[in-house]
Amino acid sequence: MNVNQHTPMASPYGQPQPGYGHPGYAPLDGGYPVPYAPYNGPASAYQPGALPQDYSPFTSFPSKAVAATPVSDLSSPLDLGPARGPPTSGPPPVSVPQPFNQYSPSQGDVQNGPPPMTQAPPRPAASQPYNQGAVNPSGPHSSYPQHYGPPPSMQQVTNQMTGMQINSGPPTAAGPGYVPPHSSQPPISTAYSAAPPPAYSQASPPASSAPPQPPPPSGPATSQQYYGSPQSPSQQPFNSSLPPTSQQQFTSPAPPPPSSQQTFPPSSQQTFPPSSQQTFPPSSQQTFLPPSQQNFPPSSQQTFPQSSFSGPMPPPSQAPAPPGSQPQQSFSPAQPPFSSAPPPVSQPAFISGPPPSAQGSFPPRAPPPSSQSGSFPSAGPPPTSTPSSQYQGPMPPQQQHPPSQPSPYHAGPSPPSVQMPPTSMAQSNHLPPGPQGPPCPPGPMQQPPTQPGMQGGYPPQQNGAFGQVRGPQPGYAGPYPGQPNYGAPAPAPAPAPPAQKRLDPDSIPSPQASDMPAVQKSRHRIDPDAIPSPIQVIEDDRAKSTEPFTTGVRGQAPPLVTTNFQVKDQGNASPRFIRCTAYNMPCTADMAKQSQVPLAAVIKPLATLPPDETPPYLVDHGEGGPIRCNRCKAYMCPYMQFIEGGRRFQCGFCSCVTEVPPHYFQHLDHTGKRVDCYDRPELSLGSYEFLATVDYCKNNKLPQPPAFIFLIDVSYNAVKSGMVGIVCQELKSLLDYLPRENPEMDSVVRVGFVTYNKVLHFYNVKSSLAQPQMLVVSDVSDMFVPLLDGFLVNVNESRLVIESLLDQIPEMFADTRETETVFGPVIQAGLEALKAADCAGKLFVFHTSLPIAEAPGKLKNREDKKLIGTDKEKSLFQPQVGFYNTLAKDCVAQGCCVDLFLFPNQYVDVATLSVVPVSTGGSVYKYTYFQAQSDQERFLNDLRRDIQKLVGFDAVMRVRTSTGIRATDFFGSFFMSNTTDVELAGLDCDKAITVEFKHDDKLSEETGALMQCAILYTSCSGHRRLRIHNMAVNCCSQLADLYRNCETDTIINFFSKYAFRGVLNNPTKAVRDTLINQCAQILACYRKNCASPSSAGQLILPECMKLLPVYLNCVLKSDLLLPGADVSLDDRAYLRQLISCMDVSESHVFFYPRLLPLLKLESGSLPVAVRDSEERLSKGGVYLLETGLHLFLWVGASAQQELLLNIFGTTSFSQIDPSMTSLPVLDNPFSQRLREIVDSFRAQRPRYMKLMVVKQEDRAELIFRHFLVEDKCASGGASYVDFLCHMHKEIRQLLS
Amino acid sequence: MATYQEFIQQNEDRDGVRFSWNLWPSSRLEATRLVAPVSCLFTPLKERPDLPPVQYEPVLCSRANCKAVLNPLCQVDFRAKIWACNFCFQRNPFPPSYAGISEVNQPAELMPQFSTIEYIVQRGPPAPLIFLYVVDTCLEEEDLQALKESLQMSLSLLPPNALVGLITFGRMVQVHELSCEGIAKSYVFRGTKDLSAKQIQEMLGLMKPAAAGNQGRPAAPQDAAASSGKFWFLQPVHRVDMNLTDLLGELQRDPWPVPQGKRPLRSTGVALTVAVGLLEGTFPNTGARVMLFIGGPPTQGPGMVVGDELKTPIRSWHDIQKDNARHLKKATKYYEALANRSAVNGHNIDIYACALDQTGLLEMKCLSNLTGGHIVMGDSFNTSLFKQTFQRVFSKDYNGDFRMAFGGVLEVKTSRELKVCGTIGPCVSLNSKGSCVSENEMGIGGTSQWKVCSLTPSTTLGIYFEVVNQHNAPVPQGGRGAVQFVTQYQHSNTQKRIRVTTIARNWADAQSQIQHIESSFDQEAAAVLMARLGVFRAESEEGPDVLRWLDRQLIRLFMFHLRRSPFLQVFNNSPDESSYYRHHFVRQDLTQSLIMIQPILYSYSFHGPPEPVLLDSSSILPDRILLMDTFFQLVIYHGETIAQWRKAGYQEMAEYENFKQLLQAPLDDAQEILQTRFPMPRYIDTEHGGSQARFLLSKVNPSQTHNNLYAWGQETGAPILTDDVSLQVFMDHLKKLAVSSSA
Repeated sequence: MNVNQHTPMASPYGQPQPGYGHPGYAPLDGGYPVPYAPYNGPASAYQPGALPQDYSPFTSFPSKAVAATPVSDLSSPLDLGPARGPPTSGPPPVSVPQPFNQYSPSQGDVQNGPPPMTQAPPRPAASQPYNQGAVNPSGPHSSYPQHYGPPPSMQQVTNQMTGMQINSGPPTAAGPGYVPPHSSQPPISTAYSAAPPPAYSQASPPASSAPPQPPPPSGPATSQQYYGSPQSPSQQPFNSSLPPTSQQQFTSPAPPPPSSQQTFPPSSQQTFPPSSQQTFPPSSQQTFLPPSQQNFPPSSQQTFPQSSFSGPMPPPSQAPAPPGSQPQQSFSPAQPPFSSAPPPVSQPAFISGPPPSAQGSFPPRAPPPSSQSGSFPSAGPPPTSTPSSQYQGPMPPQQQHPPSQPSPYHAGPSPPSVQMPPTSMAQSNHLPPGPQGPPCPPGPMQQPPTQPGMQGGYPPQQNGAFGQVRGPQPGYAGPYPGQPNYGAPAPAPAPAPPAQKRLDPDSIPSPQASDMPAVQKSRHRIDPDAIPSPIQVIEDDRAKSTEPFTTGVRGQAPPLVTTNFQVKDQGNASPRFIRCTAYNMPCTADMAKQSQVPLAAVIKPLATLPPDETPPYLVDHGEGGPIRCNRCKAYMCPYMQFIEGGRRFQCGFCSCVTEVPPHYFQHLDHTGKRVDCYDRPELSLGSYEFLATVDYCKNNKLPQPPAFIFLIDVSYNAVKSGMVGIVCQELKSLLDYLPRENPEMDSVVRVGFVTYNKVLHFYNVKSSLAQPQMLVVSDVSDMFVPLLDGFLVNVNESRLVIESLLDQIPEMFADTRETETVFGPVIQAGLEALKAADCAGKLFVFHTSLPIAEAPGKLKNREDKKLIGTDKEKSLFQPQVGFYNTLAKDCVAQGCCVDLFLFPNQYVDVATLSVVPVSTGGSVYKYTYFQAQSDQERFLNDLRRDIQKLVGFDAVMRVRTSTGIRATDFFGSFFMSNTTDVELAGLDCDKAITVEFKHDDKLSEETGALMQCAILYTSCSGHRRLRIHNMAVNCCSQLADLYRNCETDTIINFFSKYAFRGVLNNPTKAVRDTLINQCAQILACYRKNCASPSSAGQLILPECMKLLPVYLNCVLKSDLLLPGADVSLDDRAYLRQLISCMDVSESHVFFYPRLLPLLKLESGSLPVAVRDSEERLSKGGVYLLETGLHLFLWVGASAQQELLLNIFGTTSFSQIDPSMTSLPVLDNPFSQRLREIVDSFRAQRPRYMKLMVVKQEDRAELIFRHFLVEDKCASGGASYVDFLCHMHKEIRQLLS
Repeated sequence: MATYQEFIQQNEDRDGVRFSWNLWPSSRLEATRLVAPVSCLFTPLKERPDLPPVQYEPVLCSRANCKAVLNPLCQVDFRAKIWACNFCFQRNPFPPSYAGISEVNQPAELMPQFSTIEYIVQRGPPAPLIFLYVVDTCLEEEDLQALKESLQMSLSLLPPNALVGLITFGRMVQVHELSCEGIAKSYVFRGTKDLSAKQIQEMLGLMKPAAAGNQGRPAAPQDAAASSGKFWFLQPVHRVDMNLTDLLGELQRDPWPVPQGKRPLRSTGVALTVAVGLLEGTFPNTGARVMLFIGGPPTQGPGMVVGDELKTPIRSWHDIQKDNARHLKKATKYYEALANRSAVNGHNIDIYACALDQTGLLEMKCLSNLTGGHIVMGDSFNTSLFKQTFQRVFSKDYNGDFRMAFGGVLEVKTSRELKVCGTIGPCVSLNSKGSCVSENEMGIGGTSQWKVCSLTPSTTLGIYFEVVNQHNAPVPQGGRGAVQFVTQYQHSNTQKRIRVTTIARNWADAQSQIQHIESSFDQEAAAVLMARLGVFRAESEEGPDVLRWLDRQLIRLFMFHLRRSPFLQVFNNSPDESSYYRHHFVRQDLTQSLIMIQPILYSYSFHGPPEPVLLDSSSILPDRILLMDTFFQLVIYHGETIAQWRKAGYQEMAEYENFKQLLQAPLDDAQEILQTRFPMPRYIDTEHGGSQARFLLSKVNPSQTHNNLYAWGQETGAPILTDDVSLQVFMDHLKKLAVSSSA
């Protein structure tokens, strides 16, 4: 894997993918069978590729290790000579096999050893449960049990996993991190643990195998140790099972281990060890299954994989490989990813020996075995043939992939996708099992239907299992099934189901893992469960964050954004206001540069706090205004050091000493603190507000209350779509909810109304009028405001007139035939009105079409799909004309914020239209093909929220920092006229600004780094305020410290904003490459400087960043950076501006959607989410997926009737109306709770999410699938596993 | 034979024509020697209750460049059914419909008493009357209220089918749409931007949608639909009466704040542009009346007369003479262009300016002068002067029709010996070059057709002629020269009418018949005609030059007062006032013009019945009440004694009933004048020593001044403190000059 040179990777992937892709996709749509077949192909390919490299490392360590080795082997031939060496060592693994269990552990131990220990403990807890569960299940149990038994095992496992994967775990945090991940993800860990052992074994094997081999021995020992201790167990397992297999097994499916272990263990292990192939074995098993399905694939896969790996490409070999991989894939879920990398290796290994053994092992599996065996034999020949056959299928895919592959990812991706299918495939596969038995043909066939590659791969092992599993749980089932399988082919299935039931992939995996591992091991692919799971991390964090988070301790990373926690402000700003990428900043620029970790903070200045937290206090320092440092002008804050008995204070930022004004003087106590320290928010809290004096006001004049102006498009389209009627109707009631600071007072915000098409209509709604008056301004080329008095009015005073107006607007334009609109003059009109009234305010523009009427800011349609992917693509994101930039500047100067609601039926050039909203701190809402019936709810809720939310105007934000660092770059919706002041015409509670810091000097560990964010703004009641947020973080001179205290979610937030802005000036591909490079550098730096020495084939990730690859992949796959064919330019531009002001929690869920299985709903808690992969979906289940923008309810084709009855009131799948946008109100607890959940989700997000019901195999599922971000996506985005492999390769390249 | 006096009077009554000479010198040289040119004052629509219009088309001479109308002067061959044109001598057959004519059965146009005859012709659909109110909203609340009431009142005076429109302006210009229910809708224009007619029509949505054709839809219905656009802004009174009344009622003062030290921003120029553009696009060549109500000078945009800084006063004559009026030329040019556009389309513009300060009439006067519109100047809209004048605009004749006509075209045809030099009056040239057009221009010349966009029965044009015949080829004795005035216009009842007036005068040889010619001289007409020439020159030339010219030309009494009149003297008058006076001078009929030149002064006393007295300071005596009518002002002046009596309240006592009657007499007479005059004169009731007595004192001949007061030593009048020369001095000087010049 590691080796994975692009080419290899690509080719493998490519090939596989192709196969997968085609089959898979087609199948998907059509029937599973087909998919399977394809998938298998791909999967196999993947596995080979993946397994070796990434897998081994990542996934189950074992697998990784193994994989690594394998890869290395393969690659070695190609690249990694050394690696190959390991392969040889591989053999040791073989020996390991014996230890199997041990293997995994051992290896893990070895690597993880140290770290695990430390870290392990923590995780264990969480993980343990899982493990245990898992452990018990699995046959290997014995060994596993041991592992499991000791929580450590979990940890270990995890560690192993971590070790395996990233190993970083071992190092320090990493180890723990990893562990945590695994452990943290009990499921995973369990899975891992379960799998781990295997995985480990594999992993370790890999590790061991690769560098490993040496390790293996030691590995075993260590593993044993591990076992002894948690870690050891895992390791031991590894060792014993020898990681190779076990690992692989793990990775792929925990099950394998069992089976392999049980059955195979010996042989497989033996075999495996060498190649890590134990993994393979599993994989092979899987493969086998596949083999059985496609006999060849398996065998061939193994072989091929290798071959493919070696030269990923060797078409022929690849071809075969694919098959092999496919099997693995079939394994899959896990494997897929890994598989891609690992597989290859493993395969090679397998091929070498394991495969057979594996096969042998497979055989055990009952069907597979025989078939496998048969297959294998045939495999030899068949492989080729199969391959060819598969290839054929695959080939095309491959070709496809290749293209995509260019970037390994693509290659990867496709495989993943393939893999994904596999899961499903798996299910189908299960069915197929029998078929699988049959040679390739069937396999492929089957695979295609379900999910080509994956299933193909999975099916074999899991197939049985999965099949069963599927019943229970699709994706997960897989793994579980695997275990069962392991135990015995038949058993496996059985067990699998149960496991599947768990739904939670992670959790399930773990349990299953125990069993599965073996199975997985058998497979070469990387076990998706073995790679860091976001869900696991989230759950772990939730579990540990029970206490309120206090901000008093400097440099303490807050709980994740996905965790509910309470904050107590003790001197630093709440994470709700400020989140940093690193809470331990490097002391020097060199360190920062070396680590490449971005130093940034995401600031949400006006964030809404939960009811149980106190909003910032308002401080009044009297007529002189807030007390500030003389030099740097920092505001009084807890970092100011009072000296000389309190007569002066020294600034924490610039160290300048300033006199304390007499009225502010206070004595100090014996500790040097002011006596009134705790009486004054500015001395004791992180966030507070100052009352600004007239010096802080524009023109030295206290501001007028702000105004809201509603500008409504009344052209033909707007009227016809119903938008005009809806807006007018809604405004009548909404005007009572204008923002106000004191809920008991009426809002002082004044309102004004304008409608427009080619001309503008202003309305005089003065209270003294009996009827509103319309003033038409046709002179759009030279906009002006036709009236002053009577345009902006107080709602209460003019209520009757306003209502009359809103009643009449829809009538007046009901028969309009005007289709042309203007846009620039509309904003100018609002701006002029605010200027005339001398106040700040907000414009709400409701617009439908491209402004083609003759007027300033006129646009033409420039959507040109041909430019996509070229260097000129960036021009599509730039505004078409400069007019709007100038206009935006004017708007900012006046404090005129623009919110744009778009209702386009075709291209409207969002990139240009959004210039003003984005520059003024406004929002853009887009309702494509707006239809009153289906979109009204979403629009109205957005509108309500947008109007009601607290907002500040005419704001200026300045970030001051302590000497040594400096805020250098800002991302968000605002305008900057110089390099330091962020000007926001409007700033609402949902807007976040990301600030990047750079060193300009050294920081000291003692004082840490301080930052103070001051926002001067006019509140919605017209008062001038200063909101201050203070933040202090630690500084470190050791890189390890940096990596220990980072926040991946925030980093991703930064990266995404950075990248999304980057597309303005760079080709999209360059942006993507930059991201990948930086990420690779971050991880490589860690590996190089912080991780304990380990095999190069291992992927070692820092604990804090182990999700970086998966999240980054999500960013890379976003529609903006990697658009699918159906993504319009407008959509991309829309996303671009959306991201620019997202806070961390929004960006997190946006990039990694929340996917909840709806099986049992308990009040008070949400079901544990599952990972965003198709293989996690059970055909029999119903899932809820939310992205912050979309909300899907996915209904499996064979969802339980009871479930359907509870949710939809019907038991028939076919009777579910996919066009419903809200759930029927049914009087049963399940329905109630589900609706509660939906409501709570909606409440959490700044934008209302329309519910889409997606029925499995329905056309709409394509859309839904787009959000299964761990899978390969249709537009060529890599699957998680593939990406991980690629990342691993990149890292290795950097390290070498 | 009647005296010339009677002849003149008769002619005027019948034809509305007064010639300066009623015998025409037979050669150009002789005519030139007469100083006062052969010319006439012609009142095209002189009210003739006794003249029923005929309901058929006039019969025209068939010669293409003649087209004279059959008239009583033509020779007719009843048998051959042929008539000879008396201008070109073309022989024309009568049309078939005249087959039955004979000596005893003559059509009206051949009867001598029908030298003036009116035809009603059917051409095209009857065009509605259009009234477009253009209202300044930068007024004091009180003024605005009064104006609103006047406007609302005027709606009730309009015929139900008349179209009305409303444009209001202040800082912005609003064109109100009158058709919509519910929401009052208006189109707004920025007051600072000059817009072309096309732009305005586009912005008002009056353009025919170009897309209609493209989309293949039948053009006709589309056009109909599109053209309905014009009805958004101009609606029949009967349909929008209520609506518009409400709209007017809700008119607010211009809502834009006026900072201290500034004038309100008033976009008069753009408002007029929009008004003209609107009518131009919707009702070209249809009679329409734009009525502009302003309460101050235009202060922004095109046509700006003065900036909005109060510290910069509006231009005075002094500034103008020093070439210190920044906006004058530009604004004048702007309004002239507007006036011409408007005139071309047959729309007239009235200006109702009510303000204490100047409102920019100097610049805007051409709007009315060229289009035949009214100018009314007052101090406030809340005065009876404005209210009644405005009401009188809508006065009706004996038939119940408005005393106004639209889109008039006056054509003058002359017999060969005579050519027309030009006219002076509220008209524009139509540039119709014909054989009867002289190269020598007097007034608006170079054409034989003029457009008079708005006519009232009193509208009077001065028309100047030239005798063509050379001295060596004079007109044969006994010949008659003929002039035919053909006036086509749109009657206020929407009919198209043609009034034809044909007159003839004898030629006389100046050498042999000089006395006849002298006796045929119409002093009053000549005075007015000369005065018009003078005023016309004064408009375009420097004051002193005009005076000098006048001095050279004139000899008669009227000229003393004319020299002192505001028409030629700008001293003591603002440019606006001068414009105002001149405007009226060139359009009123002879009687009124004479009053303007030489105000009338009546005296009321216990010594006898009211009598006219000399317009002289010596007429100002303590025991008299004086009533002076200057056309623009009506001054009642109580002599010192009378004033004291009145103050003492004698008129309240029964035993002094006679005194009460004395006081009442001039009031009654004044009332009578007030009733009929348009515009209504400023009515001033003052007394000896009263500040307003200045109106009287400035008019009378300063026979007694502080210079000669003691020399005269008599207390027969009131001394006038002025350096102006008195009539006595003037006459002395004149005599001297006359003698010396003749020598």
